[in-house]
Amino acid sequence: MKLNGNKPAAEREGAVLFSSYTRGYGIRKALEIGRENVLLELRESKLKGRGGAGFPTATKWMLVAASKSEEKFIVCNADEGEPGTFKDRVLLLEYPELVFDGIVVAGFTLGAKQGIIYLRGEYEYMLKALEDYLEQMRLDNLLGDNILGNPDFSFDITIRLGSGAYVCGEETALIESLEGNRGEARNRPPYPVNTGYMGRPTVVNNVETLASVPHIVVKGGEWFKKFGTDKSTGSKLFSVSGDCERPGVYELLWGTKIKDLLEIVGAKNTKAVQVGGASGICVPKSQFDRSLAYEDAATGGSIMIFNESRNMLKVLRNFMEFFVEESCGQCTPCRIGNVKLLEGIEKLEKGTYTFSQLNKLKELGKTMQVASKCGLGQSSPNAFLSILENFKEEIFNKNGYGGRNGK
Amino acid sequence: MLVLEKNSLTEEVESLVDQYGTERSALLPILQAVQRKHKYISDFVQQEIARLLDIHPVEVYSVVSFYSFLHSEPQGRNIVRLCQTIACDMSGKEAVARAVERELGITFGQTTRDKRITLEYANCLGMCDQGPAMIVNDKVYTHLTPEKAINILNEIK
Ligand code: SF4
Ligand code: FES
Repeated sequence: MKLNGNKPAAEREGAVLFSSYTRGYGIRKALEIGRENVLLELRESKLKGRGGAGFPTATKWMLVAASKSEEKFIVCNADEGEPGTFKDRVLLLEYPELVFDGIVVAGFTLGAKQGIIYLRGEYEYMLKALEDYLEQMRLDNLLGDNILGNPDFSFDITIRLGSGAYVCGEETALIESLEGNRGEARNRPPYPVNTGYMGRPTVVNNVETLASVPHIVVKGGEWFKKFGTDKSTGSKLFSVSGDCERPGVYELLWGTKIKDLLEIVGAKNTKAVQVGGASGICVPKSQFDRSLAYEDAATGGSIMIFNESRNMLKVLRNFMEFFVEESCGQCTPCRIGNVKLLEGIEKLEKGTYTFSQLNKLKELGKTMQVASKCGLGQSSPNAFLSILENFKEEIFNKNGYGGRNGK
Repeated sequence: MLVLEKNSLTEEVESLVDQYGTERSALLPILQAVQRKHKYISDFVQQEIARLLDIHPVEVYSVVSFYSFLHSEPQGRNIVRLCQTIACDMSGKEAVARAVERELGITFGQTTRDKRITLEYANCLGMCDQGPAMIVNDKVYTHLTPEKAINILNEIK
C-alpha cells in the first residue's frame, strides 16, 4: 500500500531500499529466525546510522537487547530538519511498509513493547495517512497483541509531533521533547541506550536506518554488504535540490562520486555542492571527484547544488541565519558563536572586515566544533569554514570586498 | 475574560488531560491541541494545564516559548509560514515574500488587522525539491510564484 505513490518512477529506482519488498515480510522473517539471528544479520550487514553520525546500528541494538529492563522503547527519529533533506518525507509517504516493519522488527528484537515516531511538526499533514496505515497494520495483526499469532510478542506504535525546533533532531533533545520538556540536549553519558525515554533503555534510529532493516532481515546481511564500499555498506538516499534539472530523492550506492551524482540529476555549470545540508561541508568543483561515503564526504543525505551564478557569501549568510535562529541557547559556544560568525559575514558583505578579525572567527569556529554541547553547535561552523576556505577567490578578490557581485 | 469563557476553557483543558493523561510527557500533545484550535495558548490556559499536570506555570511557559510553532500571544485565524531556507531562497522565495507582504499590508511576524492571517517564516519544510514552499495551517503548497501565493491566500477565510 502506498500512501502517495504518484512520484515519477525514474526517481524511485534503487538496488536496496527501493528494491521490491512486501509488507510484513521482515516481521515474519524476524519472528521465524529469532532475536539472536536478527542481531547477527544486522551486524553482518555493517549498517550504520543514516542520520549522519554513522554509529553502527547493530552495536546500538545489542546494547539495548542486553539490558534486563522491564520496559524499553524504540524511537524513530522522523524530525529531519536539515535544510535540503526530504528523504523521510518520501520514505514515510511512499514506503511506510519499510519504516513501520523496521520499527516492529526492532521492537521484537530488543524486547520493547512500544515504538514512538517523533514526526517533525512541519509534517503534520502526513499524520492522518500515517495513523490510518498503523490502523491497517493493527487489523492485519502486524501491530497490537500477539503479533502474527506469536504469544510473546505484543507491540504498538504511536506518533508524536514536534513543534518546530530543529535541535530536536538530536537524539537526547528529542527525548527531552517527548518527555514534555524544552528540547535541550542532555549531557552524555548516560546514553539513551541505557537511560533514554522515561529513563528506560531506548534505541533512537533515523527513519532511513529503520527502513533498511526489513531488507536486511529478509535478504540477509551478506546481501546488503555487497552494495556500497567496505566501510559504508548498502545504499543511501540523497535529497537533491538547488541548481539541477531533476531535483528529488535518489537511491545511490555509497561510494558514488559527486560528479556522477551531478550527472544523474542533470546539473550544469556547477561550482559548489553542499554535502550534508547547512551543517555539512561545501565542496568546490576541484573536489568533485570525492565520493559520498562515511570514509570521505559523509552525509545524512542532503545535497544542494550551486551553479556559477550563485554568490557563495549569500549562501553562507542563509546558513548562519538558520543556526542563529535554531540554536537552543543552552551553551555559550553555540549561542554566542553563531551570532559572531553571522556578524563576520555581514562585515565581509560590507567590506569592513580585517584579516585578523577573520582569523579570530576561524579560531572561534574551531572552538565551537569542540566545545559545543550537541551536534548543532559542533557542526554549524562547518559551512563557514569550508566556504571561506574554498571560495577565497570569489569572496576576497573577484567580487571586491565581501562578494557583492550584483547577484 | 468572562466567567463563562473561563469555565469552557477549563473544561476543554480537562478533557484534553483526560485524553492524554497527567504525565509530564502529555504536555506537548496538550499544548499542540490547544494551539491547533485557538492558534495560541493563553496565560489562563497555561495555568490550567499547569494545575492539572501538577507542574509550575513557569515550566509550561518555558516549553511554550521554546517551540517555534507554539505561541503565547493571540495569532491570526490562519498561520501562513513561508520557507526561508536556502533551497527555497534560490528558487525565488524573495519575490513571493515581498508580494505577499504587499498584498496583506503586513510584514513577516505580523498579523492582519482583521486577524485573518499571521505571516511567519519557517526553516526548511522538507519540500526543497519543489520550492518555494509554504504551509498554511498544516497544508503544504509548493512551486510558488508570487501570483500563485496570493491566490492561495485570497482563498482562505
Ligand atoms: S550546541 Fe547549540 S543547540 Fe546544542 S546544546 Fe549548545 S546551544 Fe543548544
Ligand atoms: S529549503 Fe525550503 S523546503 Fe527545504
